[in-house]
Amino acid sequence: MGLKKESVPMREQPPKVRKRNFLEVPLGYSKEEAILEAQRCLQCPTHPCIDGCPVHINIPGFIKAIKEDNLQKAIDIIHESNLLPAITGRVCPQEDQCQAVCIMGNVGDPVSIGRLERYVADWELEKRKKGEVSLPKKMPPKNKKVAIIGSGPAGLSCAADLAKMGYDVIIFEGFHKTGGVLTYGIPEFRLPKWIVEEEEKFFKQLGVKFQTDVLVGRTLTIQDLFEQKFEAVFIGVGAGLPRFMHIPGENLDNIYSANEFLTRVNLMKAYKFPEYDTPIKVGKRVAVIGGGNVAMDAARTALRLGAGHVYLIYRRSRKEMPAREEEIEHAEQEGIEFMLLTNPIRYIGDENGFVKQAECIKMRLGEEDASGRRRPIPIEDSEFKLDIDQVIVAIGTTPNPIVPKTTEGLKTGKHGTIWVDENLQTSVKGVFAGGDIVTGAATVITAMGAGRKAAASIDKYLRGEL
Amino acid sequence: MFKILKKEALAPKTILMETYAPLIAKKAEPGQFIVIRVNEKGERIPLTIADFDREQGTITMVFQEIGKTTNLLGTKNVGEYISDILGPLGNPTETDRYGTVVTIGGGVGIAPVYPLSRKLKSLGNKVISIIGYRSKDFVFWEERMRSSSDELLIATNDGSYGAKGFVTDVLKNLIDKDTHIDRIYAIGPAIMMKAVADLTRGYKIKTIVSLNSLMVCGMGMCGACRITVGGETKFTCADGPDFDAHLVNFDELMKRLNTYKEEEKISFEKWKEEVSYGA
Ligand SMILES: Cc1cc2nc3c(=O)[nH]c(=O)nc-3n(C[C@H](O)[C@H](O)[C@H](O)COP(=O)(O)OP(=O)(O)OC[C@H]3O[C@@H](n4cnc5c(N)ncnc54)[C@H](O)[C@@H]3O)c2cc1C
Ligand code: SF4
Ligand code: FES
Repeated sequence: MGLKKESVPMREQPPKVRKRNFLEVPLGYSKEEAILEAQRCLQCPTHPCIDGCPVHINIPGFIKAIKEDNLQKAIDIIHESNLLPAITGRVCPQEDQCQAVCIMGNVGDPVSIGRLERYVADWELEKRKKGEVSLPKKMPPKNKKVAIIGSGPAGLSCAADLAKMGYDVIIFEGFHKTGGVLTYGIPEFRLPKWIVEEEEKFFKQLGVKFQTDVLVGRTLTIQDLFEQKFEAVFIGVGAGLPRFMHIPGENLDNIYSANEFLTRVNLMKAYKFPEYDTPIKVGKRVAVIGGGNVAMDAARTALRLGAGHVYLIYRRSRKEMPAREEEIEHAEQEGIEFMLLTNPIRYIGDENGFVKQAECIKMRLGEEDASGRRRPIPIEDSEFKLDIDQVIVAIGTTPNPIVPKTTEGLKTGKHGTIWVDENLQTSVKGVFAGGDIVTGAATVITAMGAGRKAAASIDKYLRGEL
Repeated sequence: MFKILKKEALAPKTILMETYAPLIAKKAEPGQFIVIRVNEKGERIPLTIADFDREQGTITMVFQEIGKTTNLLGTKNVGEYISDILGPLGNPTETDRYGTVVTIGGGVGIAPVYPLSRKLKSLGNKVISIIGYRSKDFVFWEERMRSSSDELLIATNDGSYGAKGFVTDVLKNLIDKDTHIDRIYAIGPAIMMKAVADLTRGYKIKTIVSLNSLMVCGMGMCGACRITVGGETKFTCADGPDFDAHLVNFDELMKRLNTYKEEEKISFEKWKEEVSYGA
């Protein structure tokens, strides 16, 4: 059999249909498709893909198992390093990680590692839905309590590992629902919420307890947790504070942060208003500001709500967009109009305070900046006005200061991130941290990796070895 | 799930509800608020903590039945549950011994003014309270307010009880009589707080208001509650809810409060229809 240069495509809902519904866009591989794709893997002895993966999944190993149609073995291999493969298979930026370094990329398409991961994970989820759950082995109870703050991927994975080690684990979550960004941020059409709920069920079966409606720093402090006989604490509160540009008119009505817009739709189900009580505005002409995953999600969500036309305004060029390649392509296919090298400088409102225009300026690219991307520079006298009736600002988020502010001695870094040592321990003894709160907004897989690393450190700490 | 322990109609469309929320009761301070979600399909709305009892583990809210969510909440009875209550949120009201302090409450805003006045009095301030209602029928907590202030002044819009007019009319009277005032707190509808701010600005009397912005998260993560204060954008839930009244852009606040007027109507009409079908 010769080398197949092209990867097996994944079936998708056609753009015309999907841009008006909230159902998942890629439909998954069939068994035949998965095996065909798995056969493209060269089983490289040097396996650069493993090094490209932030949690070092044994990629050729699980792909081999798919080829042999031994999916139980495949999922076991993945689970050794990754507790949430149905999620990461869907949302990881594989093109920058494992697939960026895949040897097959030298001769054609890299192996579709993410799609294969999703295929295996979905197989297992289906089994679980039918009640066939194989719980991993748990160590005998240690009768020690650990508190986890935040139920995003960092907190969830830290909790799961500690539960397996026999600790009593409680996750405290501020929102009424768990999952962090997986629940309130990433939309249904990219990550169906039943998957996140299924994972939560699984973690409960592992013995992890959840307590929602608890904002640590307000409802309880870390000090209180120690008084309640928790012996270690993990902080995985993410970086959820929305940034604004602080330009004139930004507080006009119908200007949202992406966080607010997506929270209304995903967490509060505003797309089902008035069946659900939370309202959301549907714009006729929507401007989304930004070029990352969050911007793509906001733009595509606006479209699905019924927006007439959606602009994506980004100050650099397409090449510099930090979003996953697949999301950019999907957005383009769905008819989102990219206005590149453009930046808003002020918003103009009508007499009732609703936004009606954005004044923008054209940009050009100058020298590379610290991030290695070329710095955008405004072009003089290139201002123009754009008629719009809704704006979604998706220019990034920063860490929420509430836990650092209410915890004595907790050292923070430059942008409000929490400082940790190489074991992810903070400046406060027995308090560990990981995920976006330490790194700044990053990815699901790095947050998950940090949660697991912290779990190992907490175990060491509680055994007196740290 | 949070159990309702007490429910009382204070006035027409004005309801007091006490729920069991020991964690919140333990930490609550005057000026803080909660975000509640009545049921699975509910929206998240902020309500001020009107009172709390650390021993009993209870918190009290007072709300006016206006739209769908507050009306739905009003149908809940003792023994029933509210899905979610998050709190205490926001920063406690700053209090100290200032001298003579005027506390102003309008409508349901009177509820949080009560524990605040109590605290200010206990700190040794001379507390003059001005409370305003629509009419005599809407009067509640007069006795409580009397007990927590050195002087109590009442106004009703139609003059059916106390002085006729707005709380600002009473306040202006007080100032015109050369009453020395060190500080003013005002809690109530945005329009009332704006009127107080406009009045006291000229007299340079330090005035603190508690803003009632629309909210989604209540914990600084969405920006729904943002407002311009002194030319800077602030988040009411995280930076407030108390701000220097003379720096708040009230026009912006009032416009933002109206963002979902149409949707609120749709939601309320639908609910009323469902309720009448059910009946
Ligand atoms: C719209 C959007 C799309 C994204 N798309 C992708 C993608 O495609 N691929 C990818 O890899 N990454 C993506 N990301 C980034 C990724 O989701 C995050 O990097 C990841 O979720 C971080 O995990 P975390 O556990 O550190 O924090 P979070 O997921 O942010 O979870 C933190 C949790 O802590 C809770 N919390 C906060 N403060 C407190 C407190 N004081 N007390 C109690 N609870 C608290 C929060 O409510 C939240 O539930 C996206 C992010 C967004 C917003
Ligand atoms: S680098 Fe690519 S081809 Fe080589 S083992 Fe990994 S997935 Fe297979
Ligand atoms: S309500 Fe979300 S930031 Fe204030």
